[in-house]
Amino acid sequence: MIRIRSVLPLFAITLLCLAALPGCAKREAEIKVGEYGSLTGSTATFGTSTKNGIELYVDNLNAQGGIGGKKVHVLVEDDQSKPEEAATAVNKLIAQDGVVAVLGEVASSRSLAAAPICQSAGVPMISPSSTNPRVTEIGDHIFRVCYIDPFQGMVIAKFAKNTLHFSKAAVFRDNKNDYSVGLANFFSDSFRGMGGTIVTDESYSEGDQDFKAQLTVIKSKKPEFIFIPGYYTEVGLIARQARELGLNVPMLGGDGWVSDRLLEIAQDALNGSYLVNHYWEQDPNPLVQGFVQSYRKRYNATPDGLAALGYDAAGVLANAMQRLSTEDPKAFATLSGPPNTEQKAARAKLRDLIAATRDYPGVTGKISLDDHRNAVKPAVFLGIENRGYKFVATVEP
Amino acid sequence: MQEFFQQLANGVAWGSIYALIALGYTMVYGILRLINFAHGDIYMVGAFAAYFLARAMGVGTVVEASPLLAAAVLLGSMAICAALGVLIELFAYRPVRRSSRITALITAIGVSLFLENAGIRLFGADPKFFPQVIAPRTIALAEGVMVTNHQIMVVLVSVLLMVALTLFIQRTRTGKAMRAVAFNRDAASLMGIPVDRIITITFAIGSALAAAAGFLVGLTNPKIEPLMGIMPGVKAFVAAVLGGIGSIPGAMIGGLVMGISEYLVVGYISSTYRDAIAFVILIIVLLIKPTGLLGRNVTEKV
Amino acid sequence: MSGARGFIGMVAAIALVWAIDWAGSRILNPYIYRVLVLCCINVILALSLNLVNGITGQFSIGHAGFMAVGAYASAAYTVYAVPLMLGAEASKGGWVAAAAFLLAILVGGLVSAVAGFLVGLPSMRLRGDYLAIVTLGFGEIIRVAILNIDAVGGARGFAGVPQRTTLAWVLGGAWVTFVLIRNLMRSYHGRALLAIREDEIAAEALGVPTTRYKVTAFVIGAFFAGMAGALFSHYTYLHTNSFTFMKSIEVIIMVVLGGMGSLTGSILGATLLTALPELLRFASSERLIIYSLLLILLMIARPQGILGRREVSFRPWFSRRRSRPTPAT
Repeated sequence: MIRIRSVLPLFAITLLCLAALPGCAKREAEIKVGEYGSLTGSTATFGTSTKNGIELYVDNLNAQGGIGGKKVHVLVEDDQSKPEEAATAVNKLIAQDGVVAVLGEVASSRSLAAAPICQSAGVPMISPSSTNPRVTEIGDHIFRVCYIDPFQGMVIAKFAKNTLHFSKAAVFRDNKNDYSVGLANFFSDSFRGMGGTIVTDESYSEGDQDFKAQLTVIKSKKPEFIFIPGYYTEVGLIARQARELGLNVPMLGGDGWVSDRLLEIAQDALNGSYLVNHYWEQDPNPLVQGFVQSYRKRYNATPDGLAALGYDAAGVLANAMQRLSTEDPKAFATLSGPPNTEQKAARAKLRDLIAATRDYPGVTGKISLDDHRNAVKPAVFLGIENRGYKFVATVEP
Repeated sequence: MQEFFQQLANGVAWGSIYALIALGYTMVYGILRLINFAHGDIYMVGAFAAYFLARAMGVGTVVEASPLLAAAVLLGSMAICAALGVLIELFAYRPVRRSSRITALITAIGVSLFLENAGIRLFGADPKFFPQVIAPRTIALAEGVMVTNHQIMVVLVSVLLMVALTLFIQRTRTGKAMRAVAFNRDAASLMGIPVDRIITITFAIGSALAAAAGFLVGLTNPKIEPLMGIMPGVKAFVAAVLGGIGSIPGAMIGGLVMGISEYLVVGYISSTYRDAIAFVILIIVLLIKPTGLLGRNVTEKV
Repeated sequence: MSGARGFIGMVAAIALVWAIDWAGSRILNPYIYRVLVLCCINVILALSLNLVNGITGQFSIGHAGFMAVGAYASAAYTVYAVPLMLGAEASKGGWVAAAAFLLAILVGGLVSAVAGFLVGLPSMRLRGDYLAIVTLGFGEIIRVAILNIDAVGGARGFAGVPQRTTLAWVLGGAWVTFVLIRNLMRSYHGRALLAIREDEIAAEALGVPTTRYKVTAFVIGAFFAGMAGALFSHYTYLHTNSFTFMKSIEVIIMVVLGGMGSLTGSILGATLLTALPELLRFASSERLIIYSLLLILLMIARPQGILGRREVSFRPWFSRRRSRPTPAT
């Protein structure tokens, strides 16, 4: 016997489905852009930062009248930090919502899951911060605005060897994170190739709280510096615990370090360390200052690297749309219409224009896209002193 | 050798945190036979409660850090989590208490997911810096063996709480009632023991212990985030099973064994297998002693 | 006679499955199609876990581990072994590729079954929560091990696995799983498994070799979970983040929600739990909060799951219609 009580939950679910329907209402006059990211799950904080950056850019854009008189509407879908969910979310954005372009993801594994869908649907996708070289190899519709692992790994190795004159490195990688593993591998290869030695290669897992066991091992191997290709979420704690163990060598890191929280958590522990960034917070460039200030005003935090890259990914896309609206207003008009063949042709034009991006003035540097649809831009080395950053060097690609 | 003692000292401190979380698991399990999956998330809430309390008091900005203040923050977050534990028991677990154990387990998982996602929504997903309510200091135990005052505190507090808990359960009327409920709930009820109230008290104590662990972790590793409870929660549960679930000294020993073995694995085998080898040790122990290190052998009756 | 009927039935089923796929890929938009494929994979997972947890009464919380073993084994087979065996032929598609894929699914299932045997062995000595912890540990060990194998990509994920899974494959897989487990349940052996669930000691006393049956249940459950993993790995980018402890929990929820021991319940539970997060997308950041609250409410309202131990059958509908007396005029 099925009693009323048991039917109630099913009834509730049906109601929820019905409630979902108005969400599908058509927004004809706007250009729909999709974004997928990890708003929940193990890397929720990265997805949220990226979303904030994109939101900030698009809202500013719309406040200034949008593109060619049309507003841009960003539809955000959560992928729970899982690759299969990323593919589902992008499928939904394209098939259900009819977006004309897609922004995302941070993690390369999730970009790799979703990119084939964008590619086969003929929808351009710009990843803000997936560094695995394979991502853009998926096809000619996939772009990125960040460095790729081989470039960043090589630049850091060169900096350590030639500028700081170190030859004994310890690598401490996040074994669960694809960014960290990729960067660690390319750094190790480059550093060895320049005649340096890796005295030890230890690993941790994202979300870990305690690193003293690995740090004790690293200390016993007496490296000249520790390369930590991880995210700020762990690096601050790692630095603290290293100092507590009396391990006082400098640490080097990549753009994953960039966040307010890094020095807030590490406090003095990172003094004397270096990191790669896309920009320098105190860069007098009004573009950077404007971004940092408006972000701080809106979210009450200094933007991290992921937010800046999200901001630029949205910027590169909007810039291409802007050019489309002046070069081919007719094609541009179809972008806010239904997904028909004319729009498909317009999307192909949009793709060509994104690919033709040269010297786009982003907050993370001047972005040009190369033949492999990867961003070419300088790397900025920052040193950490007295809980603050100082500019050290810019490395041109 | 120096390296070995360094690893051992840190292993003990880290294991004490597992032990502290495991105590709550084991108490609730002993009485309800329920794997309270939300326990690790209550630990997270405890850390955040302490975070907000310390900030509200203005630690680090308005007032200087002091042990008295730390105690106030600790007690405050323990009280908040005790209340949360009671609420969870009342609204989620009590309605399914008469259902099968697996139903209760799924409810617990639901509560756990709820706390995690509500945490992301309310506190934000980004990690927060935990205020230093007690200034950190490094102490050299021996040549090259360094620990912090926080780590020593963790060990002392967890031993203290374990002793207090044991005394409470062995010496007080409520403790006696708890043991009776754990032994046979129906018989206890017939003897006039208010079973509902005893279960409520159990949840309050277990959750308060989780809050204490959250506070201590925040102090030693000052980074807290809404998902920080998942892995320590699973590991602490494993520690409780390792020690023999339902046994209080077992939870303590299980936690220490887990902590120390993790450190020795990293020190002498490989850091890449840190998480896996903890489980390998567990499986080996269970195969040799199927009810855990201190678990009682329950003979099954037909 | 029955052999011929079985053969005809099989051909008819294959034809039906292909027809649904053919129609589905034309009528449905890719999003719905994809959700259906994931749904069928979850159905296989739920059915196979139900065999262990619901029918045999053991408590496994490491099902994602078996899925991962099957996924990586079959993907490695397709990427490394198939080109060696077939050369360029394999990449062309068609019958040869389909046969290679079928073999890959079986490889995934078999490797996972071996893992199931290893995990099932401790069930000789361990009961209840202690066994649960061993399965949980197994799931974690597998994940850490895969993260450290460079040949399958480690943390960067396993790239280059051809996408072969279609709705036809997963529907076929779900159907085969359902039929085989249903037949097993109705057989002499199935009753032995149920006896173990109801009372292990009594079953032992009646001469049921409980250990052997428990291990067998683990092996069969792992085989189908591995098959689900194989179908999954040929559908989406392969990364260990898909096989966390939470995935095991998700499958348990499907089984319990549908009703422990009810096969149609597992199908219902898997469908509901795959669809629910998609339907809740409108709630954006509150999505998983609502999901978890619904889960708690469902458990309070229907502690025994939606179907309990009953099965839903379409047969009574047909027979009722047939037996309805024609009104005399």
